[in-house]
Amino acid sequence: MDAPTDVSVTEEIAAKGIPRPRPWVSALNKRRWQTFKANRRGYWSLWIFLILFVISLFAEFIANDKPILIEYEGRYYWPVFQAYPETDFGGIFETEADYRDPVVQELITEKGGWMLWPPIRFSYNTQNKNPPMAFPVKPTWLLSDKDCELAVEKGFHPCDANLEWNWLGTDDQGRDVIARIIYGFRISVLFGLVLTIFSTIIGVAAGAIQGYFGGWTDLLFQRFIEIWTSVPQLYLLIIVAAVIEPNFWILLGILLAFSWVALVGVVRAEFLRARNFEYVTAARALGLPNAKIIFKHLLPNAMVATLTFMPFILNGSITTLTSLDFLGFGLPPGSPSLGELLAQGKDNLQAPWLGLTAFFVIAIMLSLLIFVGEAVRDALDPRKTLT
Amino acid sequence: MNDRPTLLSVERLCVDFNAGDKVTTAVKDISFEIDHGETLALVGESGSGKTVSALSILQLLPYPAASHPGGAIYFKGENLLGLPPDGLRHVRGNQISMIFQEPMTSLNPLHTIERQIAEVLSIHKGITGEKARARVIDLLTKVGIQNAEERLGSYPHQLSGGQRQRVMIAMALANEPDLLIADEPTTALDVTIQAQILELLLQLKAEFNMAMLLITHDLGIVRKMADRVCVMHQGSIVERGKTTEIFENPRNDYTKHLIGSEPKGSPPPADVTAKTILKTDDLKVWFPIKRGFLRKTVGHVKAVDGVDVDVKEGQTLGVVGESGSGKTTLGQAILRLISSEGPIVYLGERIDGYNSKQMRPLRKDLQIVFQDPYGSLSPRMSIGQIIEEGLLIQNPDISSEDRIARVSRALDEVGLDPNVRDRYPHEFSGGQRQRIAIARALVLEPKFLILDEPTSALDVSVQAQIVDLLRDLQKRHKLAYLFISHDLKVVRALANSILVLRHGKVVEQGPSQEVFANPRTDYTKALLAAAFELETTPADAVST
Repeated sequence: MDAPTDVSVTEEIAAKGIPRPRPWVSALNKRRWQTFKANRRGYWSLWIFLILFVISLFAEFIANDKPILIEYEGRYYWPVFQAYPETDFGGIFETEADYRDPVVQELITEKGGWMLWPPIRFSYNTQNKNPPMAFPVKPTWLLSDKDCELAVEKGFHPCDANLEWNWLGTDDQGRDVIARIIYGFRISVLFGLVLTIFSTIIGVAAGAIQGYFGGWTDLLFQRFIEIWTSVPQLYLLIIVAAVIEPNFWILLGILLAFSWVALVGVVRAEFLRARNFEYVTAARALGLPNAKIIFKHLLPNAMVATLTFMPFILNGSITTLTSLDFLGFGLPPGSPSLGELLAQGKDNLQAPWLGLTAFFVIAIMLSLLIFVGEAVRDALDPRKTLT
Repeated sequence: MNDRPTLLSVERLCVDFNAGDKVTTAVKDISFEIDHGETLALVGESGSGKTVSALSILQLLPYPAASHPGGAIYFKGENLLGLPPDGLRHVRGNQISMIFQEPMTSLNPLHTIERQIAEVLSIHKGITGEKARARVIDLLTKVGIQNAEERLGSYPHQLSGGQRQRVMIAMALANEPDLLIADEPTTALDVTIQAQILELLLQLKAEFNMAMLLITHDLGIVRKMADRVCVMHQGSIVERGKTTEIFENPRNDYTKHLIGSEPKGSPPPADVTAKTILKTDDLKVWFPIKRGFLRKTVGHVKAVDGVDVDVKEGQTLGVVGESGSGKTTLGQAILRLISSEGPIVYLGERIDGYNSKQMRPLRKDLQIVFQDPYGSLSPRMSIGQIIEEGLLIQNPDISSEDRIARVSRALDEVGLDPNVRDRYPHEFSGGQRQRIAIARALVLEPKFLILDEPTSALDVSVQAQIVDLLRDLQKRHKLAYLFISHDLKVVRALANSILVLRHGKVVEQGPSQEVFANPRTDYTKALLAAAFELETTPADAVST
């Protein structure tokens, strides 16, 4: 059925008789972008996700226990980027200034200086030292008169004008929930992205080699993958976590060791199919070395399948990290993590804002990515774009 | 007969395709009629709207992307356009049935042939069980499948291409339709099998008194089969008439062009004194058959079995044979793209032991052009990139201006505007793509070129142009060709000497005039009869 369009395109070119400059985006990709946009849900999800992600990249400027900028005695200080000892501001300690401390704030303001604070004056690990109730603290706007009376009675910080707002309350260690989810969102997405990119690179390379060479290479590699995937990932993680304290990169390494197999199957299949194409034989007849054939002629074929899978792999990576954190085998204690917040929600059922916040953040993030993934799949579907 | 309405009458039919906001008109204002027991042929190049017209009769187009802005299709007085799905189902497969071009993909690979034919019977006639079985056997026997009863349980992959097409025909005939639409029924088949299938269609048509709408680009088939012809060009019917009249006295320019475009001309006479470019001696390609746990080799598939080839400068050796006879394997073995046994000598140098590094400098001299112009160009590279790829490997030292100049010269030589460098393969027609593939080989200035069915995926009129181009290039560059084809018409126009292959073995070999004039073996005779007369040979000289 492609005959009619084919004819019209060549006719059109013939009629103009001029060489068209090679477009920046090929016609096919333009059409793919149109199909992507036609899926309104996916299109909007992409924008919402990108906005949230970009905002979270600047988390230090949104939720931090340090001011962004200080003017003190005619000089400017950037505490966000650099640690200044308290003595710089006329204090006594040589450790880094605690800008949330009223004493330090006074030191600065009394010399006519000023501080530019981020909208939320908590970082992910800042404890609210003046809570109106025992941790976890309710979201401030939910505090009832009774809570406030109790606060005074029990010797907590009273609900006066100096009360610091925790929009979504604090967790059971007094850390602001909003600050933690902003940082937690960032680390989850970044972890997911890095894991996805690395597993894609390894998976595509492994699939390409198996598919291109076939035969014994393929056979042995496939058996190896079968054995490898049957290694229980979680137990391995628990054992490793017992020996060394996992950090971002160690966790990434362990998960990567297992997640790369996801793409091998598709890429291998694409290569097995495409390596017998005539243009590949033609390339061999021209004397091209194998590596060149793989990169120039075969890889572009496998990219469509890979791209279709990527949002879903990203989702899977984020979920894995969250569930490990939930179980306590994830990022080191103290790191902002959505899984840990979820676990706190489970442990503190009297504080539903913890569990609910974590649930909604994770649910919205994963749904947005799935919607984007759906739209990407539509866009790369040749039945939708090439009719 | 006059009281009966015409069987099928298509009146001012239009078909549009909508892709987004763009509307492409595929068929405009065509009208034709078919009466009972008559054969009408729709002829035209690919993209002329033949298939689209045929599919709209049964409303099989991808609606709503396709639409009919105007026209009507009357079948026995009833308009099929806009008929509700129930009414259409009653017509499809029952009163009008269809056979398609590609027998490989038009049968469901997961069902036995009995089930596929019986399905048609049970849907339309409600025949099931033993009765259906008997009818299926009857049909299979009618379409010439031997031992029909044993064949009932076969799956499509167990049948040859010709047999599959016979099964398709049996399915189409199951309900004794009044009209059979045959869309390029033999294009995907070998010449010898093509002749058999056409013979079968003629015979069945007479037996069932069917009308037939035959869609083809092959004028030879039209001449043999059709009572009347409609010539289609760019979505319109440009000429119509009785078959004999059209062939004897075409009025339209396009029709004249079509009829005059069969490959013609003849090669220069064989010159025995010319320098031998490439020679093989007892070349063998055997694929081992391995069985059992230890993968012991129990036998060999002898794809190429002891073939001597001798190609001389400026001359063409034609390699002919049915599909599966080892032609393509032979070509690829000579280029050392698959491993083989036996000496291959290129300009006195034995190359059969070379590894891929040693072969690389020789690749420049030994080039190949493939059959499928759609598959042989990487869809994601521009024409310039495709052509210069070989230069980048073979002559990495030349400057980029020089490279562009060579690419432009190659494009010019194959008759394309050098400015097309920045475009992509999908923007070109099949013939243009084949020219690009030839340019890719030529840019390296080869001495020996393997042409692996370079014309069989092309329309007849384009075939002739490519043949002329190849002959012209040969003369200019003193190229040696190994021309692989099953189409003897094209081979006759190009080859000085011929090698007939069957099951990997040489059946006949010699100067082409001699082989064409006095074929010695039955197999060659059968091939010639099928190619030039579309006649079948009764003896089992060829496969089925």
